[in-house]
Amino acid sequence: MATELVTDSARAEVLRRIRAAKGGTANAEAARAGWGAVERRYRRESTRSRDVILELLVDRLQDYDARVVRALHIDVRAVAARMLEERKAKRMVVPRGLASEWLPDGVEFVVDEEIPAAELDRVDGVMTGATLAIAETGTVVLQNVAGQGRRAATLVPDYHLCVVRVEDVVETVPEAMGRLQATAELATTFVSGPSATADIEMTRIKGVHGPRFLDIILVG
Amino acid sequence: MSGTALDPKTAPTFPMAAKTAMGDTQLRKNVRHATDVIQAKRARVVGEMPDWQELREAGKQVRQHTMENLDFYLEEFEANCTRAGGVVHWARDAEEARRIIVELVKASGSEEVIKIKSMTTEEIQLNSALEAAGIHPFETDLAELIIQLGQDRPSHIVVPALHKNRHEIRAIFQREMNLPELGDQPHDLADAARMFLREKFLRVKTGVSGANFLIAETGGVCIVESEGNGRMCLTLPETLIMVAGIDKVIPRYQDLEVLLQLLPRSATGERMNPYTSIWTGVDAADGPRVFHVVLMDNARTEILADEEARQTLNCIRCAACQNACPVYRQTGGHAYGSVYAGPIGAILTPQLQEMHYAQSLPYASSLCGACYEVCPVKINIPEVLIHLRNKVVKQNTAGVAGFFDVEAGAMKAMAMIFRSERRFRAAQRMGRVAESPLVGKDGWIGWLPGLLGGWTQVRDLQEMPKETFRDWWERRGKNGN
Ligand code: SF4
Repeated sequence: MATELVTDSARAEVLRRIRAAKGGTANAEAARAGWGAVERRYRRESTRSRDVILELLVDRLQDYDARVVRALHIDVRAVAARMLEERKAKRMVVPRGLASEWLPDGVEFVVDEEIPAAELDRVDGVMTGATLAIAETGTVVLQNVAGQGRRAATLVPDYHLCVVRVEDVVETVPEAMGRLQATAELATTFVSGPSATADIEMTRIKGVHGPRFLDIILVG
Repeated sequence: MSGTALDPKTAPTFPMAAKTAMGDTQLRKNVRHATDVIQAKRARVVGEMPDWQELREAGKQVRQHTMENLDFYLEEFEANCTRAGGVVHWARDAEEARRIIVELVKASGSEEVIKIKSMTTEEIQLNSALEAAGIHPFETDLAELIIQLGQDRPSHIVVPALHKNRHEIRAIFQREMNLPELGDQPHDLADAARMFLREKFLRVKTGVSGANFLIAETGGVCIVESEGNGRMCLTLPETLIMVAGIDKVIPRYQDLEVLLQLLPRSATGERMNPYTSIWTGVDAADGPRVFHVVLMDNARTEILADEEARQTLNCIRCAACQNACPVYRQTGGHAYGSVYAGPIGAILTPQLQEMHYAQSLPYASSLCGACYEVCPVKINIPEVLIHLRNKVVKQNTAGVAGFFDVEAGAMKAMAMIFRSERRFRAAQRMGRVAESPLVGKDGWIGWLPGLLGGWTQVRDLQEMPKETFRDWWERRGKNGN
């Protein structure tokens, strides 16, 4: 309780200082109008053709060490089977609501019912869908919704197989933020390649704490 | 010098510290190498963007607009974050922020915390406060881990251990993690960090972090990182305690479309950093169950009150100005005596000290303008530097004789140049032209001073500096200054 009292007066004091510093209290109307007046002359729509955008996404994902395979809807299961085999993944976590027709036989899929982190650490990987992908930056966007699940589940396992639908691919970051606006409050993670660091001599090296291996199946 | 915190109140003046740093050839080599690599990467991915200048302009306007309405956006953030289950605290200064955080950690029932890299926690020297209260902080960012285990200090705001090369890092890990066989390939070192920290991520129940952006519209927070240690600290602990300067707020979710393009390309030269997390409040199944945000002033309102320096607050901490700065590239970060080094440190640090300490930092620049050119939110650092030099001179004309007095006149001339766009460009061009012969001869040493060399450079536009820093320094030393 003591803390609350202290920060109450701190709150009043900090706000008072801010108002004194800029000579007045900001009002909502003026703030909204001022925000609307910000010049946004940067690209906000796609400029490339669909084919070029998809190629760009593949190229940018690969540039950041993700492995990408394109597949038709009916082939997702077979492609997934091959990729899981190559990664020697036998036991995979999946979020609730992941399309069951994507899941190949011969692999154990454990549905994430709030699996404790220590247990997530013992599976071979995680397989999810995605909300969207951004071609220009090679980014896959995950949200806490059916088919993508909790953030911990795509973080603790060492391998992530992610299925992205072509209709969810946008070219630029502004297009992506536009699509995400309606669900802005959901837990959202932008993933651009496997976990990496540049902390040692500024060389991008794969793999610190997140999944060290990222495979993408681009469907459609 | 290792082990002691970077505290502007006790740090030696920049010229003194710079001289020591200049004697460390290994450090200079490491800094040079790292900043070369990062600058080349940045140039490549910035060059890919046909609308980079438009993005910079939008970034500048968004930040400027935020500062003009700061009280409104902070209150909006507070209301929305609270609605989503977060608890918002306010701190007038570092002392108050430390006290709140220590109490919150204690209340969480944990004697250990896992930490995401945060320059704000470095600014308030949080780790020593936690330790004094019997709480053990584990740094989880690779560079911060290197710093913590090596009892070193951060020298760069994005890559705090940039002054260490892989051999030095290996030696630290071998010793501190008890891994005598450890190799020196970067992936060996990354794997060692993964092993070392995994157990802590799974065990420790309280996380402490900074923030990149607080979103007023939603009450959400955005954290930008590379390694996944941030995601670990945000999702696995039960309690998350975040400390953020009041300058970290942004108006709307949509503003991220600008800032998330500017920041990664400027900071690490990547089109996008590996992981960006955006979330709102608490979530028992997917993130912290208890979430505290400490909104800290710590002299930021002083900066806000100074109209000419206010743009300092627009900074998004990308460190592009550090990488581009010929002075920083010579001295490394520690010479600045502050966790904020390089050009941004030269303007931010003395202001955070309300101009009482770190008065030599506004002089730690040759005013070549490279920082302004790369800044993703177009902060005119040279202009602010000159403004602060003026302030320092004014403060010191009350009798303290030093190099400040000598420059009072020159300062006004400089201010004029930087206010006139045309003259500023001419000066900048000269800077560029002068670059090549100097690099060949003495590797920028002629540029280090910013004390006298800097003036000569810009005032006598046709001439090269007549005196190198070394000559100047030696002569100065003899005069007993
Ligand atoms: S001043 Fe500009 S370039 Fe320097 S760290 Fe801040 S945002 Fe980046």
